[in-house]
Amino acid sequence: MTEPTLFELSSPGRRGVRFPEPDVPKSALPEGFVRKDLPLPELAEVDVVRHFVRLSQKNYAVDYGLYPLGSCTMKYNPKINEDAARLPGFALAHPLQPIDTVQGSLALMYELQELLKEITGMGAVSLQPAAGAHGELTGVLIIRAYHQSRGDTKRTKILIPDSAHGTNPASSAMSGYEVVQLPSDKRGNVDLEALKAACDETVAGLMLTNPNTLGLFEENVLEVTRVVHEAGGLVYGDGANLNALLGIARPGDMGFDILHLNLHKTFSTPHGGGGPGSGPVAVTETLAEFLPGPIVTILEEGSEEVPPLYGFKMPNRSIGRVKAFHGHFGMMVRAYTYILMHGAEGLRKVAEHAVLNANYLLARLRHVYHIPYDRICKHEFVAEGIWDDAPGVHALDIAKRLIDYDFHPPTNYFPLIVREALMIEPTETESKQTLDKFADALIKIAEEAHTQPELLKSAPHHTPVGRLDEVKAAKELVLCCWFPEKESQAA
Amino acid sequence: MFLPHTDSERSEMLKTIGVSSIDELFKDVPEKVRYPALNLPPALTEMEAAAQLQQMAMANETTQDLACFLGAGAYNHYIPAAVDHILRRNEFYTAYTPYQPEVSQGTLQAIFEYQSLMCALTGMEVSNASHYDGATATAEAGIMAYHNFRGKRTRFILSPGVHPQYRQVFRTYMSGYENLEIVGDEANNDPMNYLERLEALIDGNTALVVVQYPDFFGQIHDFAPLAEKVHQAGGLFAVVINPIALGLLKPPGEFGADIVVGDGQPLGIPLSFGGPYLGIFTTRKEYVRRIAGRLVGETVDVQGRRGYVLTLTAREQHIRREKATSNICTNQGLMALAATVYLALVGKEGLRQVAELCYHKAHYAAQRIAEIPGYRVLNTKPFFHEFVVQCPKPVAEINEYLLDYGILGGYDLGQDYPTLSNHMLIAVTEMNSREEIETLVEYLKEFAHD
Repeated sequence: MTEPTLFELSSPGRRGVRFPEPDVPKSALPEGFVRKDLPLPELAEVDVVRHFVRLSQKNYAVDYGLYPLGSCTMKYNPKINEDAARLPGFALAHPLQPIDTVQGSLALMYELQELLKEITGMGAVSLQPAAGAHGELTGVLIIRAYHQSRGDTKRTKILIPDSAHGTNPASSAMSGYEVVQLPSDKRGNVDLEALKAACDETVAGLMLTNPNTLGLFEENVLEVTRVVHEAGGLVYGDGANLNALLGIARPGDMGFDILHLNLHKTFSTPHGGGGPGSGPVAVTETLAEFLPGPIVTILEEGSEEVPPLYGFKMPNRSIGRVKAFHGHFGMMVRAYTYILMHGAEGLRKVAEHAVLNANYLLARLRHVYHIPYDRICKHEFVAEGIWDDAPGVHALDIAKRLIDYDFHPPTNYFPLIVREALMIEPTETESKQTLDKFADALIKIAEEAHTQPELLKSAPHHTPVGRLDEVKAAKELVLCCWFPEKESQAA
Repeated sequence: MFLPHTDSERSEMLKTIGVSSIDELFKDVPEKVRYPALNLPPALTEMEAAAQLQQMAMANETTQDLACFLGAGAYNHYIPAAVDHILRRNEFYTAYTPYQPEVSQGTLQAIFEYQSLMCALTGMEVSNASHYDGATATAEAGIMAYHNFRGKRTRFILSPGVHPQYRQVFRTYMSGYENLEIVGDEANNDPMNYLERLEALIDGNTALVVVQYPDFFGQIHDFAPLAEKVHQAGGLFAVVINPIALGLLKPPGEFGADIVVGDGQPLGIPLSFGGPYLGIFTTRKEYVRRIAGRLVGETVDVQGRRGYVLTLTAREQHIRREKATSNICTNQGLMALAATVYLALVGKEGLRQVAELCYHKAHYAAQRIAEIPGYRVLNTKPFFHEFVVQCPKPVAEINEYLLDYGILGGYDLGQDYPTLSNHMLIAVTEMNSREEIETLVEYLKEFAHD
């Protein structure tokens, strides 16, 4: 059923919310500045609520079922997090209030910084970046600031493995660096020889995702970070896949100098249909002075009776602000709650079960789907969505057919180094029963691909819309709707 | 808690994998870094965590307890109840970016409607699916302008009336590009009157001029002549807006804006100590391929039914990598939904009414404060819901005093404008009753006498 747009539902004169009349004398409106027309829809509250409830029902969501998007860590989002972030003491605080009125918020941010330092083995944290890519930009700017502070201006290159997220090269380019792509070796690790060959005095740093986007632990990580350091470069860690490492290994111990974390992946804050995320950046103690700020710090130590006084401080040689105010505080509350409820042992269990679940699916599927880098994986693995004896069937068709089996498809066509990639990350919050059903569906689909390929090509069959014409969308570029014709003429 | 496996299921799974223990799955992690002893507080149950969070939240005094006259980029507005009920729909907040359109039509149509509403509000032709906040949206305008001129125009002019933190973020974002000149907001004796100074800076090397409307001091300027000057020089003109103000004021699309950015927080998003908020970004159709971030477009499915998809993805990082228009991946989907629901609820009349309430109350407050001996309101031009007050004493001292009487005073402009020490930026919204305004006036008066 096609749901009309807000503009189509509009009926002139309807009101959703009313506001009181002014309780002060009115002033003259600013002459020449008042707009003539405000073309917004007019609806009653019930129209609005039904419209959005009906829209919501056209979405697949983690709270409905398995959402195995690789590198997205679509784990269950605990409900207590939502309530915590909406506590009036947090939700109604203005970001520019005097610090003595917001000690609760500042204490939470300070403690979260400390927790993230301990979990990652890094020396300092800025909570300001709003998302993973934002953290990357921050991190690369820190690399730049570090080299510049040493008068080392000849470093113009950032090395990035071919398995990396697209945000890595984009963030490097935004920071004025030339991107050099490194190949992967047969086991899916960074090709050490290629790395050594690329490491010279022009290398500013390496951006490394570990486990990488193949879901594989970088077996030579200690050697990789050593080689980059010896060449005078810094190692940036893309923390998108940190879920596999909680309590297992700390990036700080493996030689990473800078790391961003995705609170919306590893620490369970919901993805919100595309955001908001939160991408704190952690660095070694040496790099702490370059972090974006201000950062929460203790201004006056506390005692047994008196809590410390928290406040803000700008790091000495900060790259500057990357965002207004203090970052996505609401996401910090959720992540903090999550960490509190897990403790060290609980976090390690999260990683262990994320890895257990991925390996279980891998074990159930490897006989049916070709796994190009087939070894013990971490939180995710990548299968090929294509068979030589089922010509014409592609990863996309498998993805769409999964929808018929009531599952969200995995990430497809990424990473680029696997043909027809299906990148599967189940996360730790899925039960064996769910994983079994998912594996059964994929096995059945593999069979269908060989016997009834049309079923795959025409999938999905039971969704509000079928496959959409993306070429038409890009060609005609209808990017906003307006009132139906007669009304826009009247306006 | 959040891990469903029983012991027997775990052993069955390990057997299927062909290992005898979970530890065997981590043999590829170098032994010397494997299993660090994390020094974290012991795990809490939900009940304990809820109590601890409650206690921390209660350590804050907020706009719930205080009469709020603080704005400066984050505003205390009424949020209709239905907004959060929609945001709490699990299907919205626990979904990912809509990569699979057949099972994401809810999110996609909501973003499409958001884009439409932003175009309607700002008077522009194209909106993206949002940025992180107003500051980063402003910085992305800089990056877009830089690429629009292929890096050949290197002068970027920022009005001192643009939010100071937005200007800081703009500089951070642009710091990766060599030899740029970011000018216009240097310290000045008269920071509130800048139009002529900005005009004088425009030259053939100017890529972008950024102004704010209403500006950081609350002033409403006629920017049409400035826009014309920028265009004559071949540059781009960006306007930072407050979306509530556009319920009343002429949209920037009518006075020559090429890019309109701003923070959508006033549209149904809680203050939440600074975030998450919503970065609005709209532009004209000719720049659609230069825009950063996600775009949703209308199309049809195989049966000809209307549907929506992410479109023009070839601009984006996951395809173009280092040649992308931006590195942006995550947006503010749920916050964009909040703004969409808010605007749908208040509608055409409601938004105008909220804007007028802010306007009338702010003007009443300004008149009353101007009457107090020792205080002076600096705004001589039309203003919206914020204004600058010259105070007899340092702003921090006044605010401390006001706080004792349950009032959250205005923003201390001396922090950002050296010549405006002892100047307070006061914001008034529909949430401030006349009684609150009178109380503010009373204590400002009393303080001056003390």
